[in-house]
Amino acid sequence: MTTLLPDLPTTAVPAAPGADRVLAARPSLRDTVNQTLAMAWRATKKMRRNPEQFFDVTLQPILFTAMFAYIFGGAVSGSVADYLPLIIPGILAQTALTACMATGTQMREDMDKGVFDRFKSLPIARIAPLAGPMLADLIRYGTAATITILVGIAMGYRPGGGVLGVLAGWALTIFAGWSLSWIFAWLGTVARSAQAVQGIGMMIMFPLTFLSNAFVPMDTLPGWLEAFVKINPVSHVVTAVRDLMNDGNVTVQVGWALLGCAVVVAVFAPLAVRTYFRKM
Amino acid sequence: MTATPAVHATGLVKTFGAFRAVDGIDLEVRQGEIYGVLGPNGAGKTTTLKMLATLLPIDGGHAEIFGVDVRREPHRIRQLVGVTGQYASVDENLTGTENLVLFARLLGQSSRQARRTAADLLGRFGLEEASDRQIQNFSGGMRRRLDLAASLIARPPLIFLDEPTTGLDPRTRGQMWDTIRELVAQGSTILLTTQYLDEADQLADRIAVIDRGRKVAEGTPDQLKESVGSSTLHLRVADRDQTTRAASIVERVLGEAPVLTPEAGGLNIALTDANRTADVLIALRQGDVDITTAAVRQPTLDEVFLTLTGHHAEDDHADDHADDHEEVA
Ligand SMILES: Nc1ncnc2c1ncn2[C@@H]1O[C@H](COP(=O)(O)OP(=O)(O)OP(=O)(O)O)[C@@H](O)[C@H]1O
Ligand SMILES: [Mg+2]
Repeated sequence: MTTLLPDLPTTAVPAAPGADRVLAARPSLRDTVNQTLAMAWRATKKMRRNPEQFFDVTLQPILFTAMFAYIFGGAVSGSVADYLPLIIPGILAQTALTACMATGTQMREDMDKGVFDRFKSLPIARIAPLAGPMLADLIRYGTAATITILVGIAMGYRPGGGVLGVLAGWALTIFAGWSLSWIFAWLGTVARSAQAVQGIGMMIMFPLTFLSNAFVPMDTLPGWLEAFVKINPVSHVVTAVRDLMNDGNVTVQVGWALLGCAVVVAVFAPLAVRTYFRKM
Repeated sequence: MTATPAVHATGLVKTFGAFRAVDGIDLEVRQGEIYGVLGPNGAGKTTTLKMLATLLPIDGGHAEIFGVDVRREPHRIRQLVGVTGQYASVDENLTGTENLVLFARLLGQSSRQARRTAADLLGRFGLEEASDRQIQNFSGGMRRRLDLAASLIARPPLIFLDEPTTGLDPRTRGQMWDTIRELVAQGSTILLTTQYLDEADQLADRIAVIDRGRKVAEGTPDQLKESVGSSTLHLRVADRDQTTRAASIVERVLGEAPVLTPEAGGLNIALTDANRTADVLIALRQGDVDITTAAVRQPTLDEVFLTLTGHHAEDDHADDHADDHEEVA
């Protein structure tokens, strides 16, 4: 009869007796990091297997950049080429936000799956199944930002900030996406279903992107709208990315954008972790 | 045996709103045994297991696993228990190998160790050919085996199996039984739930019968059989319309109503004294009831179950009845 138990590394303890085992009281920081990386690995596997998950970060930026540039370019800036420096940072913010929404819906879907019961039963850091996908999603924001910038360049966008400015804008977009995704991760942990997350997400996303300076200059808007647009964190991110990519300037707007993102994380990350732990 | 019990639980309670899904269950599982929890749908088997596995908060009572307090030290409990849930808890989007590698890495193995463990377990559970297929394409039996394999990665001393063979064909079921026996032979302790009486009879050293969140009986399979009566007379009447009349005749003779079996025309009569068989048969003959089958045998667990939970379900004084049987062990 073959034995069913796996060959184990020499450090492993025998199957019995259980009472004599040396048990850790809690996962160490190193364990937590390793477990988060393992969960991130799982998320990337799933991404590779469901390439349609990448539609929102690949096709959408291509489509929107081309569409907005050709439709509004002439009207807003006189020509497509003049509109690109305005619209590319806008599209960057918009795609990052769309990608965030998927973070929330997938979190919700994941928690309803049977495999989550196993995660719960394993001696792992409780945060790992939440932190892992959040980490892996950096790939999605990175993809979205890269493709948007490349499409822009292909259409004739010549960022004045040079390579460094573009890289800084790219990095800020990813950071902003990651920060804002905590809002959706929180929604994912409180909502009853993935559809609910999607629905609420849309209601948050549309005003945030369209009621910002992403697509049109602020001074064309009526006063009451301008007031909202001004405090909208997306506007700050868009302006900061424009400053970095078009002028290569680290302006005070960059500071505001970073601060805004930090505030979002400071508020929503603990909320998300708390409701998530209650279900974990 | 003076060793720490693998599971020691007293007065476990779980409420969902006003509904008490688990209503004061005591369990004591000794090291190295297979302990079976037997109960119908909704009895509270899964809920009990989930509380012990830290998957659900315990609402009342106390539980220890190998002397470790379940409520206070969940992280330690998770190092002691391998859980195979009622519904396979593996990742549908990953392959067999990827699933096991993931769990092994979460349990602290390096990626090389993890790959070795995965290959090894897939081999032992006869899943090699499925190692690179996504779980969503697995059959039910393959899922179950993979799920069990996943529970064994850390070689936990205690393994929970929630209805391990529900939905499996007879052959796969037999294989699962062999696997379970083998695990025990290698030193593991097993707490399993089942709705199948023959499964509990086949596998378990001791059994708890639970119904509506309460333990209605506990003991070895033999003790449980004895608690119902030393033997059972099984009768089948020729004309099923006469079943009720046959039952009332039996009741008149023995002073106790027989249990009607699920197949029509069948009666199971618990006999404290096998010599009363003749009295019953004569009474039926005099009452003009034709029978096609008559057999005296040890009661099966099926009948134990029917007697215990059947009465329990009809009886208004369910609690009194439960107490009658609780002292069997
Ligand atoms: N999360 C929940 N919320 C509300 N009620 C629940 C919940 N989980 C279980 N129940 C109820 O608790 C009772 C016991 O459920 P449990 O799943 O433990 O039964 P079981 O013995 O495992 O049954 P089965 O054989 O069908 O698996 C059932 O009546 C069920 O409806
Ligand atoms: Mg169940």
